[in-house]
Amino acid sequence: MSETITLGKALNHGLRRALENDPKVVIMGEDVGKLGGVFRITDGLQKDFGENRVIDTPLAEAGIIGTAVGLAIRGYRPVCEIQFDGFVFPAYNQIVAQVAKMYYRSLGKVRVPIVIRIPYGGGIGAVEHHSESPEAYFAHTPGLKVVTCSNPADAYAMIQQSIISDDPIVFFEPKRRYWEKGVVDLDAPGDFPLHASRIVRDGTDATVIAYGPMVRTALDAAQAAAEDGRNLEVVDLRTLSPLDLGPVFESVRRTGRAVVVHEAPGNLGLGAEIAARITEECFYSLEAPVLRVTGFDVPYPAARVEEEYLPDLDRVLDAVDRSFGW
Amino acid sequence: MANGESPVGADAPAGGFVQLLTPDGERIDSVTTADGVTYSVDFTDGEYRELYQDLVTVRRLDAEATALQRQGELGIWASLLGQEAAQVGSGRALRPQDMAFPTYREHGVLYTRGIDPIMPFGLFRGVDQGGWDANKYKFNGYTIVIGSQTLHATGYAMGVTMDGKTGTPDGEAVIAYFGDGATSQGEVNESFVWAGVFHAPMVFFCQNNQYAISEPLERQTRIPLYRRAAGFGFPGVRIDGNDVLASYAVTRAALDQARNGQGPTLIEAYTYRMGAHTSSDDPTRYRIASEVESWKVKDPISRLKAFLTKQQLADDTYFAEVDESARKLALDLRERVLAMPDPQPVTMFDHVYPNGSPELDQQRAQFAAYEASFEGSTH
Repeated sequence: MSETITLGKALNHGLRRALENDPKVVIMGEDVGKLGGVFRITDGLQKDFGENRVIDTPLAEAGIIGTAVGLAIRGYRPVCEIQFDGFVFPAYNQIVAQVAKMYYRSLGKVRVPIVIRIPYGGGIGAVEHHSESPEAYFAHTPGLKVVTCSNPADAYAMIQQSIISDDPIVFFEPKRRYWEKGVVDLDAPGDFPLHASRIVRDGTDATVIAYGPMVRTALDAAQAAAEDGRNLEVVDLRTLSPLDLGPVFESVRRTGRAVVVHEAPGNLGLGAEIAARITEECFYSLEAPVLRVTGFDVPYPAARVEEEYLPDLDRVLDAVDRSFGW
Repeated sequence: MANGESPVGADAPAGGFVQLLTPDGERIDSVTTADGVTYSVDFTDGEYRELYQDLVTVRRLDAEATALQRQGELGIWASLLGQEAAQVGSGRALRPQDMAFPTYREHGVLYTRGIDPIMPFGLFRGVDQGGWDANKYKFNGYTIVIGSQTLHATGYAMGVTMDGKTGTPDGEAVIAYFGDGATSQGEVNESFVWAGVFHAPMVFFCQNNQYAISEPLERQTRIPLYRRAAGFGFPGVRIDGNDVLASYAVTRAALDQARNGQGPTLIEAYTYRMGAHTSSDDPTRYRIASEVESWKVKDPISRLKAFLTKQQLADDTYFAEVDESARKLALDLRERVLAMPDPQPVTMFDHVYPNGSPELDQQRAQFAAYEASFEGSTH
């Protein structure tokens, strides 16, 4: 059964399916129960699955993740909601020092199949701490896997795949895309692998690499470039750790040009790693250096100037122009 | 028990503590706290002797570990010297189905769980990071970041409730170990909140050994630690941590309350770290010899030995046998520690992800090829 639904609703359906499929799956977080989460991603789930499956927790992020570790050792599969990107840091110790290392520390004897859902990114006119992109902190941490979805169909499939996985996964949700609609086949949880990037627009002239909320921006830029006669290929990374750069290398070897786009600050962000890898793997194919279009190296600014902070269609096209002008 | 002042033992701190065996080896039949809870033990002669053997054995193994560290065979060792009664008493109070979440110093509890004492030595020798099966032994891996395990214990205890394993005498309970320093950690206070509101079937067992490395208790708290529990809505009780009988009795009662569905308890075991924080520490820089001397007369083993002697439950022949048995165990431990092989370097890539990672596989292959390139060379 295919439906046209929002990305947020697709996540809701995916979570519902996960709760139905495995009695060990529990959802926990602040306001996830009666309220259905501040973005309503867990809307109606507590009503249908009960307070033991969808747990309104005390207001303590370290507590959410720390108790999820214990529940996971007990055999549960906790799906934790961190309410906003900028609120994850009280839980950072538990995520980096415990969740990421439990399997390694125990020589593979203790698994903690925890999914940590984090709505991230800007563009919604929010106050401080509600618009950040902290993915690099987690992608830098061995033992964690990090994924992000860009569209409703992926959201529906990837949240279920993440919950089924025994790996601890930080699942970044592009909050400003929660309300964008797409066709989702609710009967098919997706046979595309979780940790695989995907070419979402074929092109021949340059490769634009994006993930999460920036995939839409990159596709819009490609549309605009096409009107100017430039044919951009767009890659949706989907998985940030491990990276799946095979399709990127293959693309760049054909196009000779690469532009990486993300909202997070550029300094030591995912773009830096991707640029280095492309340079190592595609050196003789490159017509220009790999360019990055990112947030600036400032704390996330006040909402009235966030449109200037965030990469947009024009900044992507500007980078494409610079690549061609090299 | 909440807010109740504990009965005063002869050598108790202000506010008192539950004591069933005095430093002189005098047995106190039972103790009733201000809250009306009565604690006692009902051991057979053989069980008293077994507790003595446990205490002597864990101290002997600990001494062997300290020696191994001094000889360069362990990178570091966190000694339990002085805390044997707190650990053996609480450890023996656990039932087989109960789950324990230790710090990195609970070698005595580990021993009482029937676990091979060799297990933590991989960690301290630097050949692995611990590596035992928490669920198999009902004893989680050592946790080094201070206090983090209290949240793990609380989550596990929530799972016990969700599994319907509380509310009966054969239900399950969970114990979280931590120290006085840990009580300042936000995560420990969060675990108190969670255990309280979710009525988690667990016992918070705080070994107050008076020091967090160099910092004395006064730098962590303005009130006795057991009284913190009242603010979180569950009972707190302080015990003489050098009294194995009090440790056993109070922990057993608190665990049984938890398994019966009556929620968490905080136990403060008032004890003293006779040795250094770890083998890397120098306690002479921050505490005076007379303080250490004052605790020597409260030794957990000598008081039980005095009791056994006075009651004619054991004689010098028995004590010599226990010493000899512990010596043999220590020797065996030493030999096995020395025989521990260093891991193959390429194993550092193992067990990062249950489902693996293609990127990591590639790194491993590159590393293996690099290593292989030296084969046959004298490098």
